[in-house]
Parts: sequence; structure tokens; C-alpha cells
Amino acid sequence: MKLRQLVIAVIVAFTAGLVVASFAGFREFLPGLLEGALVTVQITIGGSVLALFAAFVAALAKMYGPLPIRWLAVAYIEAFRGTSALVQLFWLFFVLPHFGILLEPLTVAVLTLGLNVGAYGAEVVRGAISAVHRGQWEAATALNMTRAAAIRRIILPQALIRMIPPWGNLFIELMKATSLVSLITISDLAFKAQQMNQTTFRTIEIFSIVLVFYLAIASVITVAMRALEERVASGVARGRA
Amino acid sequence: MTVAGTDARNGPMVRFDKVTKSYGALTVLDSLDLEIAAGEKVAIIGPSGSGKTTVLRMLMTLETINGGVIWVDGEPLTHVEKNGALVPAGQRHLRRVRAKIGMVFQHFNLFPHMTALKNCMEAPCTVLKLPKRESEQRARELLGMVGLGDKLDHYPSQLSGGQQQRVAFARALAMRPKVMLLDEVTSALDPELVGEVLNVIRKLGSELDLTILMVTHQMGFAKEFADRVCFFFGGKICEQGPPDRLFGAPQNERTRQFLSAVLEAA
Amino acid sequence: MTELWDWSYTWEILPTLARASLVTIQATILGFLLAATVGLLLAILRMSKSGWVAIPTAGFIEFIRSTPLLIQIFFVFFVFPEFGVNLSAMTAGVLAIGLHYGTYCSEVYRSGLANIPRGQWEASTALNLSGFHTFRDVIIPQAIPPVVPALGNYLVALFKETPLLSAIAVLELMQTAKILGSENFRYTEPITLVGLFFLVFSLVTAALIRQVERHFSQRGGMR
Repeated sequence: MKLRQLVIAVIVAFTAGLVVASFAGFREFLPGLLEGALVTVQITIGGSVLALFAAFVAALAKMYGPLPIRWLAVAYIEAFRGTSALVQLFWLFFVLPHFGILLEPLTVAVLTLGLNVGAYGAEVVRGAISAVHRGQWEAATALNMTRAAAIRRIILPQALIRMIPPWGNLFIELMKATSLVSLITISDLAFKAQQMNQTTFRTIEIFSIVLVFYLAIASVITVAMRALEERVASGVARGRA
Repeated sequence: MTVAGTDARNGPMVRFDKVTKSYGALTVLDSLDLEIAAGEKVAIIGPSGSGKTTVLRMLMTLETINGGVIWVDGEPLTHVEKNGALVPAGQRHLRRVRAKIGMVFQHFNLFPHMTALKNCMEAPCTVLKLPKRESEQRARELLGMVGLGDKLDHYPSQLSGGQQQRVAFARALAMRPKVMLLDEVTSALDPELVGEVLNVIRKLGSELDLTILMVTHQMGFAKEFADRVCFFFGGKICEQGPPDRLFGAPQNERTRQFLSAVLEAA
Repeated sequence: MTELWDWSYTWEILPTLARASLVTIQATILGFLLAATVGLLLAILRMSKSGWVAIPTAGFIEFIRSTPLLIQIFFVFFVFPEFGVNLSAMTAGVLAIGLHYGTYCSEVYRSGLANIPRGQWEASTALNLSGFHTFRDVIIPQAIPPVVPALGNYLVALFKETPLLSAIAVLELMQTAKILGSENFRYTEPITLVGLFFLVFSLVTAALIRQVERHFSQRGGMR
């Protein structure tokens, strides 16, 4: 779907949702849920930034680092990919205090989700770098570039373009995973939803709005990534027959 | 093995000294001896699998060497002198000697995310650490020389194959190499675009003082342009000599077979 | 109790955790069976020539995929009683997980089906095979084997999301670990053991899936 169509579809869906919400007396739920949504968005952004950082460090370490660093990277990636986000959240929330490390729940949330998605992101980064044509490496060698310069100037820029769609998916996964933080007492959208449900039992209304909220955030992410992709790929794809 | 003191001014520009290359059990180059004088233009021909591209790739350090030594401009490329003997070279030495060699590839390998101008400026800026204005000046001159002065801001995807290859030439020349390696540079081009690239090579030969080593299937061009033609077969030089002699009166049976097969297809 | 790791406590809780792991495995298998079936159904609906069927299906799939599983679990658990149907926590959880992963599986099936060359469909038409027989005898036998590794990956992913069922008090591994932890005021051992259990299972399954992938690529698909 072209970007413009997507944007229009999202705006239409959003407005329709808001109209419905304001009509059917959902107005009583909206403020509380918006508060929760804000927390969700904050954790999503914080976690995404950490995930990007962790993914690049781990991928580059795994591909080009000296052996002990490479093992560390592999251990990190396998550990966080092999266990579930909720287990990791609970571990960091319940077990770390035992070792004397006391963190705010919000910090635990951002840390866990960032490291979790970062582990999957490392594979995306690695895959994108590997996908760059070998001829590019050879051209860089023929021009007598150092490996670091080749990676920095030639390989990574081309890999970055390929990375954008998969990273879009990962950011959406992260957003979905933020719902788990409601289980460690953080007042995010899911927590507020459960809270309101327990008091009013108007399950269908509350959870429907909540699902639409999440869908809205996911749409924003999709649109943003699509726009980023178009901007970055301007020269590379232009004119391709 | 002692270090022979070849004078860079009088000795060969490139010397393969009993160079061997094998992939597992398959020997691609078999104890190759090859000398190329400064300013000489050498064409390498032969059937596929004869090792001709490997010669270029090893000189450009794209492949490692299994035996022997490669010398460039009086210095060993693949080895360093240590206590009178030769030991395999490290990265820094490799890069220093390799700086004298440039290469143009069959599939261009231009950087797709950069314009033609930027492609040519990249290495002088990053590797030679030239100031931006000087790199740009150099790039403009060279792109003008290959006839693309009006396409500076075009991306590779907006250029034809012949134009892309010409940019590749300019890019390699921007590093002011002494030796240029051309690896089947017209093989990936549509026939009508081959001529423009051959013209560039002719220009290089006459205007610049370069040693050129080219792997090619363009027999006509090799005959006109090269000072010497080497026919490779089975990892060895089967026959070599001035183009008139090699094409006109090949001594070796294999050379004759190859040439008749190639000329038949032409 | 400030020691790093209490071994006697570990041995104590191991049997309880082992029993809970059976619940986890049960939820995983049931959930995946549902997902695999629902996925195929959704994929076929999505491919329908009628816009009235295909587009809502696509919208539904996108909706489920873009929203958190946890919310969907809550939704199923709390909504059904409002219509008079009382589901056990396990049933509600399996339903939600099966549906959620069904949408992922439908995408996998879709790509598998798309990879079947048009000629297969055309040959079936030429032989006058009914739609049902075309699917059953020609298309599906070719479409499924290549996508088995991808389905396997979702099996592992589903397995790793079963702890979400602890939110509606299903007595699987995570919930049991939490209960043990709160009863004995020590969370370290139970949660770490649960984490290790998942890790080992994931690594083993991932290796198995790679084997399956290699087996299928050796047999050779369509080139």
C-alpha cells in the first residue's frame, strides 16, 4: 500500500474510533486510558532506543569482534531470545533485589524490553549487513579502505536501508510487549484496562477501546517507518527500471 | 629465501615469483612466474578456470596466496622482509603496498547510495585524507576525462552500464595508482556499450603513465592495445608474446585451439 | 536468607515445577494445534475471490497481529461469561493464544501457497479437479513442507508466551513460580529455574528446526 493511502486510512480509522468512543458514553473511560496510553508510549520509545543500541553493538561484536567479545554477544542474544519477555521481566523485577540491585519498575520495564527486542534486532542487523553485495567489499578493498572505513561508509549505509521494515515489525512487537509491564504494577494501558474492568465489568467496551488504542500506536509506527524508508532510499532506488 | 634487491626504477613493476593458489584440492595457479615492466600493457586471455582472474584478484589482495611471493614496484606485497628472510605481511604493510594498485570490476561495484561524484571522492577523502575541495576537484577532472562531466550528480541506478563502468574507472584512478587491473570490464555490458569503455582504456594507455593488466575476451582490442598477450591454461602461462605473434602465429597447440574457438564464435 | 542460591530449596520446589511444566506443555500443544488449524482456515479465506470475505479477513488478521496477546487473553476470559458461557482459565487462554498465533500461521501458509507456481492451479483446472480436491491433493501437499520450519518457529514463540496465562491464574510454570516465590519469600530459584527451562527447550527446538530445514532444502524444492 502506498504511503499516502496508508496515512489516509489511519486517519479515517482513528477519527471514526474517536467518534464512536465519544458517543457511546465511553467518555468516562477515555481520560484514564489516555494516561495509561502515555505510559505505554513512553516505555515503547525508551525500549526501542535501547533495543537499537543493543542490537547494533551485539551484531557488530558478533561479526567483527575478538573471540571473547563475540561469545559475550552470542550469549546475550541466545539468552534473551531463548526465554520469554515475561520471564525476563519477572526475573529482573523479583530476583535482582535479592542481589542488592534495586531498580524502579519503569527502569526494569525499559531495560528488559529493550534488551529483549535488541537480541532479535541483532539478527536483523546482522542479516542486513550480510545481504550487502560482496562486490561492495571488494570495491572498498580495491580502493584501499580500512575495514572500519568500509563498514562505516559503504556497508552500513546500504544495510540500514534494508533494515527499516524488519525494525518496524520489531518496534510493534515491543509495543505489544509493553502490556506485560502491567503485571509488574506499572500503570500502563493494559493495567488501566484491567483496573477499570475490575470495577465496572464493562469488559467489551473497555477492551475494545484499548485494542483500538494499541492498533493506533502500531499504525503510527508503521507509517513512520514507511516514511523513513522512502526518505532514506531516495537515491538508491531512484531511476531503477 | 633472500631478498633480491630489485631497483624500483629499473626492475619490473609487478613480479609473480613462483606463486601458487589452491582451493582445497583444486590448484588454480601453479607456481606462476610473471614479470610486468613499468608502463607495460598486458592482456591475459584463456578459458574459464585457467586462473586468469585469480591472478588479478591476488594482486589486489582479494585472495590470499598459498605459495610464492608477489612483488610490486620493487617491494614484496604479500610478505615483509625480516632478518633477511620473507615472512607473511600484516595488514598495515599490505595496505601500504596495495595503495599502488587499482582495480575495475566486471560488475562495476559502484556504491549505490552515492552519486558518481561522491563515488570518486570517497576513497581520496577517507583513505588519503585529502581535503574535500581537493578530492572534489580530482573527481571532477577524472569524470570529465571519461566523458561524464555532466553526470556528476547522477546515482548509479540512473546510469547505463557503460556509464557506470566509466565512473568505476574514474573512481579507481582517483587514487592515482601505478598499476591498473581490469577484470573483464566489458563482459557485463550490452554490445553497443562496449565501445565507450574501450575508448576510455585507450585514453588511459596514451594519456597516463600506467601499467595495465587486463583480463579480457576482446581479442581485437587486445591485439590493438596490448604490448604483450599471455595465454593462460590450467593455472600456468601456456604461451606469451607480442599480440601480432601470438594471434598471428601461435606456437602452442592449445593456444591455437583456443583462438580458433574464440574467433569462430566472434 | 541472603545466600546467593539455596540448593535445598531448589530440590524442594523441583517436583512442583515439574508438574506445572506439564500444564505449560499442555497449553502449548493445544494452543498450537488450534493456531495451525485456524491459520490454514484464515489463509484460505484470505485468498477468497470475494472481496466481502477476503478484506474483512485481512483486517481481522491485521487487527489481532497488531495488538497485545495479553489484552486478547483478558478479552476472551472476561467476555465469554457476559454471554453466559463460563470458560475455565485454561480454555480461555488456549483459545486466545490459538487465535493470536493462528493469524501468524495464516501469513506463513499464505507465503507457502503463494510460492506454488500458477501452473499447478492451471493444470488442476485443466483436469477439471474440484476446488476441494485441488487444495487437498495438489496444492497443500506442496505448500506445507517448505513452511514447516517457519511454523516450528511459531511453536517455540507460542511456548514462550504461555507465561502470559499466569495473568488469568492458569497454574502453568510462571504462575507456579510466583506462588512458590511468594510463599517462601524467595523468588530467585523458582524464576531462574523457569527461565532455564524455557532456554533449554528453545535451544533444543531451534536446533531441531534447523535439522528439519536442512532436510527439506536437501530434498530440493522448486528451482
